[in-house]
Amino acid sequence: MGIDKIVGKPISRLEGREKVTGMAKYAAEYQADNLLHGYVVSSPITKGRIIDIDITKVIDIPGVVEVISHKNRPKLAWFDLQYTDMDAPPGTVFKPLYDENILYNGQPIALIIAKDFETARYGSTQIIFKFEEQDFQTVLKDNLTRARPAKKGFATALKPPPPPPTGDFENAFENAAIKVESEFQHGTEHHNPIELFATTTIFEGNGKLTIYDKTQGTINNQLFVANLFGLRYKDVRVLAPFVGGAFGSGLRPQYQLFLCVMAALHLKRNVRVVLDRKQMFSFSHRPPAIQKLRFASDINGRITALGHEVFAETSNFEDYTEPTASWSHRLYAAPNTLFEHHLIPLDVYTPMDMRAPGGSTALHAIECTMDELSYKLKIDPLDLRLINYSDMDPSAEKPYTSKALRACYLEAAEKFGWDKRSPEPGSMARGNKLVGYGMATGIWDAFQFPARVEAMISADGKLILNNATTDIGTGTLTIMTQIAADELGLNIADVDFRYGDSKKPFSMFQGGSATTSSTGVAIVIAARALRKKLVRKAGEMKDSPFKNVAAEQVVFKGGNLLLKEDMKTFISLKEIIAFNAGRPIKTTNMGKPHVLKLRKYSLATHSASFVEVEVDKDLGVVTVTRAVTAVAAGKIINPKTARSQILGSMIWGISKTLHEETIMDARLGKYINANLGEYHIPVHADIGELEVIFTEEKDDLINEIGTKGVGEIGLVAMPAAISNAIYHATGKRINKLPIHFDELF
Amino acid sequence: MRSCRLRMEAAMNSFEYKQAKDIPEALSLARADGTTTFVAGGTNLLDLWKYNITNPSQLIDINHLTELSEIRLLEDGVLMIGAGVRNAETAYHPIVEQNYPLLSRAILAGASPQIRNMATNGGNLLQRTRCYYFYDHEVPCNKRIPGSGCPAMSGYNRMHAILGTSEHCIAVFPSDMCVALAALDAVVNVTGPEGNRSIAFADFHRLPGDTPHLDNNLKEGELITAIKVPEKGFATNYAYLKLRDRHSYAFALVSVATGLALDGNRILEARIALGGVAHKPWRSLSAEAFLKGREANAENFAGAADLILKEAKGFGHNDFKIKLAKKAIIRNGLMALKPESQLPGAQPSA
Ligand SMILES: Cc1cc2nc3c(=O)[nH]c(=O)nc-3n(C[C@H](O)[C@H](O)[C@H](O)COP(=O)(O)OP(=O)(O)OC[C@H]3O[C@@H](n4cnc5c(N)ncnc54)[C@H](O)[C@@H]3O)c2cc1C
Ligand code: SF4
Repeated sequence: MGIDKIVGKPISRLEGREKVTGMAKYAAEYQADNLLHGYVVSSPITKGRIIDIDITKVIDIPGVVEVISHKNRPKLAWFDLQYTDMDAPPGTVFKPLYDENILYNGQPIALIIAKDFETARYGSTQIIFKFEEQDFQTVLKDNLTRARPAKKGFATALKPPPPPPTGDFENAFENAAIKVESEFQHGTEHHNPIELFATTTIFEGNGKLTIYDKTQGTINNQLFVANLFGLRYKDVRVLAPFVGGAFGSGLRPQYQLFLCVMAALHLKRNVRVVLDRKQMFSFSHRPPAIQKLRFASDINGRITALGHEVFAETSNFEDYTEPTASWSHRLYAAPNTLFEHHLIPLDVYTPMDMRAPGGSTALHAIECTMDELSYKLKIDPLDLRLINYSDMDPSAEKPYTSKALRACYLEAAEKFGWDKRSPEPGSMARGNKLVGYGMATGIWDAFQFPARVEAMISADGKLILNNATTDIGTGTLTIMTQIAADELGLNIADVDFRYGDSKKPFSMFQGGSATTSSTGVAIVIAARALRKKLVRKAGEMKDSPFKNVAAEQVVFKGGNLLLKEDMKTFISLKEIIAFNAGRPIKTTNMGKPHVLKLRKYSLATHSASFVEVEVDKDLGVVTVTRAVTAVAAGKIINPKTARSQILGSMIWGISKTLHEETIMDARLGKYINANLGEYHIPVHADIGELEVIFTEEKDDLINEIGTKGVGEIGLVAMPAAISNAIYHATGKRINKLPIHFDELF
Repeated sequence: MRSCRLRMEAAMNSFEYKQAKDIPEALSLARADGTTTFVAGGTNLLDLWKYNITNPSQLIDINHLTELSEIRLLEDGVLMIGAGVRNAETAYHPIVEQNYPLLSRAILAGASPQIRNMATNGGNLLQRTRCYYFYDHEVPCNKRIPGSGCPAMSGYNRMHAILGTSEHCIAVFPSDMCVALAALDAVVNVTGPEGNRSIAFADFHRLPGDTPHLDNNLKEGELITAIKVPEKGFATNYAYLKLRDRHSYAFALVSVATGLALDGNRILEARIALGGVAHKPWRSLSAEAFLKGREANAENFAGAADLILKEAKGFGHNDFKIKLAKKAIIRNGLMALKPESQLPGAQPSA
């Protein structure tokens, strides 16, 4: 509304100062009277039963208050229906300390509660367990014969199984002019946000709990706790004002929350439980996957058949599926398709969404296979994408609400200098380094969830907004403030967005790149309603020029309401509130996706990444020297925070392709590099020049603010672009991630 | 002496902490029964402690021993580096930079600036292997618990040794600094209950044999006082190359320190030491003898590499190291001809 729009400006993070000066408080940093500390004891065995527990030496330690295991845990409403969460896949939720069975290595088997963390941790070295061990299976590739389809359940709505086959794939592939068959292997990855999972539970008495938790969903965890422990919703308050990264690991309540609340209720005391770094490898992760792709085209490069078969890990108790198999068909038209997703249950914890779940796994395979196809066809990889470019979504046979992918390709190619590429592998060099150029396409969902926002003008004329969402480091606070400021023509300083609290109006967990569109739309809807109320209230004032004036005839600017046709006539927000006897004027409204209208469309963000690598001719050492990613994600609310999201994703792409992997030892059934020294992520020396382009993409259909989300789209194209660049440099296709340099000499 | 007993109502692993003011005091404080541990920078010791790999009952802080904190040129041209000098200070010391650039580069290829600021030279010699299984007290490991088994041998052994292994242990000694010290024929000065002695670098670290729990030949209660580096520093033709899974802040899969004395392009003397391939920095005198009198070129470096790696043996995931080590030896030989071309982090150049 205002003339100088704040939306679209590169505003620095509003909470940045608090974060870099250490003032920001995280879940493990809240103090409380006589706080007790819990330390989790983790199972050293992978599968079997606890035969006996000897806690005598622990109980004798001065300062130890209680040891809770399956033997003495409080009775609970354990049946499955209650024991769940919004993001639970089909199956039976893992229940900490439920019984003597060990389902995976690192499983929590006891909680030691003491007056301080060190004593509790020391106690963990003095507890003696006897186990009966059983045989286990923890390695995907050794268990391919056990593959089966996923069970259906609640979560299937967001993560549907692949669509049925179309045309006659086998026949078409068999008889195709040009075909490529390829297999890809991805290892396990753990989210590893720097903030450790932690919960501080304040036992308020009178049946109430205040819980500071590391989570991406305050309300999700509130419902979880209330359901599980038989408490009233309003008696449970979950707060997460700051979250030190999560990347999906906070979408589901983790076991420290359960154990901490259980201990607080049992002891009627304030309790904190913090996991250690090794325990950060004891729950969710990106599942390892094996993918088999078969793509075919005619001699002109037009794709005729797309086949994508996925074998992915899940646990023995839940069926986690990340949509992987059908992404290619959302990009490229093909008359014959065959998509299959198989699960292989292993003796591990259930995998979970990790930044761009499914998409980043799939697009690596798809876009490497496209690259291979381009070489077979002797068509430039970019041209092959353009030949098969589809303005509509071929898989759904619907138009996209907007799709500026073509512009992404062209803008990024130009910036990168793609035309300087000589097509032959190994044909470009710099001294003793081979140089390779690679490119790939990215696509990701544009989700929007329902959200409610309370908006009010306070006595000092400021706008206060309330919503339960978290800010997991993405810049949510900043961009919500920007959106709201524009809606009421205020400065940033006059807007107070309050969040990270389950007491506030509804928000889904923060995931799927959906928060900007979800809470952002709700803010716009609430602001509209608030404007109406304010104009009406202004009209009620004595001799008011705003009498019988419609909200549309009023401009909100600088804390004032101005008549559009007579801008000299105005009234301030403060005056309106004063007239309202100092009581804030407020409204609570719901923003939700226009499901009916949008049924006719497909929704997606797109990207194109172009990457240059150098590979040492003799030693294989790879360096990503530069990368350009163009992103089409609708309206960019804040180019600075959005760019940070894309940069972070691009670096993640480098990490996924060259560094990250949790290594499973098949005979021990456990991850052996469960620390940040040996779980490699890139360091500064691994990162070259990175450039981000936001391609113009106007979308009036998708929602009230034209946004699509930028949390994940920056990652999806990178792994294939890097792999393709390595192929271009070396002539070697390494389809197993991470790529180790010794595979290149 | 300052002393305090860190006791949390006798709850924790209680241990005695003492700060020694000089060498005699450090030695006299040390118990004879092997329960004493010296602490210098603590960058390795504290991790081992937190992971429940070690559990000292007496800690003697040697950070205040001024006798250990000097770097000094002796009259005979030998450089004496105090055991208590920090890795960073050593690497950036003008004499080291000028006369022993190989040592400087090797140190700077290790760890991170923060760790190098804290880590001491004595501690660097005594750091323990980074074998995954060694650091996990829940699994067997012959180095931790002799006789319990070696899961690395048939497990994931990408980082493990290809030379000098035994059926009991295939761990590697992870230091970068020590690879250069081995190449430079350094000598380790130690003092202890039985007096002073000097140990040639080649004899300082051990191969695992059937005593994989012993990393080196330091005796119980002995203190490293200094490292002596002979005058010949190969400052004109030297190179350090470190190959690893990321460009910094990772241990070497293979590293090579090369020093050459040349007459034109003819090799008068060559030193080649490898890191990341064995339980100690690896040198082959026969390979060095092979190079003597030959042209400094890829073919001859390859010949030397074949001699060095003659007995190399992989264990599956680390098979690549045999081929990699050969290529690295060749490349580093060529890099030593153009030392000015070297890149930060000991990445491949030339
Ligand atoms: C994350 C990480 C990455 C690393 N990366 C590398 C790398 O890439 N390359 C590399 O070379 N190193 C690397 N290091 C290891 C580092 O160099 C060593 O931890 C350091 O050199 C140890 O020195 P310190 O003084 O801290 O030893 P401390 O931890 O204090 O002591 C180590 C051992 O030496 C003993 N000790 C110390 N001084 C003496 C003495 N004077 N006499 C007798 N005994 C003594 C102690 O009792 C103890 O047993 C890394 C370390 C970490 C934590
Ligand atoms: S290689 Fe050595 S240190 Fe590693 S597990 Fe085997 S015995 Fe232990």
